[in-house]
Amino acid sequence: MVPSIQIKGIREGLLITFGEGSWEDVQHALLEQLDQQADFMRGARLAIDVGSRPIKAADLGRLRSEIQDRQLTLWAVLSESPTTVQTAQTLGLATRITKPRPDLTIAKVETNLHGGEQAVLFRRTMRSGFSIEHIGHVIIIGDINPGAEVTAGGDIIVWGRARGILHAGSGGNAEAVVCALDLSPTQLWIAGKIAGTPQRRGKAQPEMARLQNGQVIIESWDPKKAR
Amino acid sequence: MAGKVVTITSGKGGVGKTTATANIAAALATAGQKVVCIDADIGLRNLDVILGLENRIVYDLVDVIEGRCRLRQAMIRDKRLPELYLIPAAQTRDKSAVSPSDMIRLCDDLRPEFDWVLIDSPAGIERGFRNAVAPSDIVVVITNPEVSAVRDADRIIGLIEAEEKGPARLVINRIKPGMVKRGDMLSTDDVLELLAIDLIGMVPEDENVLTGSNRGTPVVMDGKSKAGQAFNDIARRLNGEEVPFLKLEDEGGLFGRLSRWFRNGGRNE
Repeated sequence: MVPSIQIKGIREGLLITFGEGSWEDVQHALLEQLDQQADFMRGARLAIDVGSRPIKAADLGRLRSEIQDRQLTLWAVLSESPTTVQTAQTLGLATRITKPRPDLTIAKVETNLHGGEQAVLFRRTMRSGFSIEHIGHVIIIGDINPGAEVTAGGDIIVWGRARGILHAGSGGNAEAVVCALDLSPTQLWIAGKIAGTPQRRGKAQPEMARLQNGQVIIESWDPKKAR
Repeated sequence: MAGKVVTITSGKGGVGKTTATANIAAALATAGQKVVCIDADIGLRNLDVILGLENRIVYDLVDVIEGRCRLRQAMIRDKRLPELYLIPAAQTRDKSAVSPSDMIRLCDDLRPEFDWVLIDSPAGIERGFRNAVAPSDIVVVITNPEVSAVRDADRIIGLIEAEEKGPARLVINRIKPGMVKRGDMLSTDDVLELLAIDLIGMVPEDENVLTGSNRGTPVVMDGKSKAGQAFNDIARRLNGEEVPFLKLEDEGGLFGRLSRWFRNGGRNE
């Protein structure tokens, strides 16, 4: 008999429900599924619902490391068995999925731009500990505070103060630029090149950083020169 | 009327969470409100000391949650302020003894009986912090006017937003007006510019706070010190009163800027 495994997408990642079968069988079936769908699952956060099975710490720990070996994260175990719940808590796993995650991800507003380029728009303050990575352009209406990180394959445009770590053209795109109303980042990278960040003199003004002859240069925004 | 659950947190340690909890609680109780404080800093309890109730602890928070006593038995009543109660933390356990849902259940039991449930959060962003924030209706973030404390406050405010408990309210503690004037300390404006949340208190540095903590008498109880006055104002603002900000010594500039900020309706953008 092949044990059944259900995988379903939830707000917090993927929820895997184990059907009938012994722990060994379902575990085996799960890992097989994960291997088969490795591309689809990459980097996913998994929650597993084991039903009423009592699971020992050693078994759960082994499953967790198997999952980690596949570049996935096991973050929650749901069960009606008090033993399993306790085991999961000992291993530092969540036992409920209704609780909001400590680190937030935001629903991305993806738009297809001309030429098939992609961009995301964020309309909020990026606080310390927040990180965004996007293959296309990133546009932020709000501040990027120190301790926040923004990595974009394309340009980064900040309608606000940019004070965190910014990396534009992260895939090696040397045409990428970073624009901000107040550009005073902790670190600024363009296509893998880091910029020196001189202390600001006087009042903040809109600036644009780009790569010129392999060096990051920062210029104040000149509407007459605008492309 | 159901009571409000207020969590006092900061991210960084030593900025005055426990002192603020004790003082705001004492101020609310003095105003005739029924208040219970919960010390969520399991393993490193302090709130009992600052409230001067250390030698009366029999049962604690973990005893309640694990069912070794009834809720009533763990609540210590303050002799000076009969409307003030404390549920102390366990000292011999750690943060994992309590879960966020335990805290939610506990606060649901307390809400009908009290006007205010104040939770003193431990430092950090791990389990203890999540326990403290899970049941809260209002989160108060305490920070000091120094760069590291403000960074941590920013991180904590982000986490509070992620838990959908925002927007948090801000208290800036231990301000030294003289240093701000000389440009050696971050000004209130500098802090607000970065954190971009509503300010509900500015507390000046005051030696009476330390002596009060050592004696187990929150500084609001003596009624004379500036810090006590500031904590009292925070309690009144939590209660929905419009209270103008205390004029900090030789700091006309700051007050002027701040009242301007207030006239703008609390927006600093």
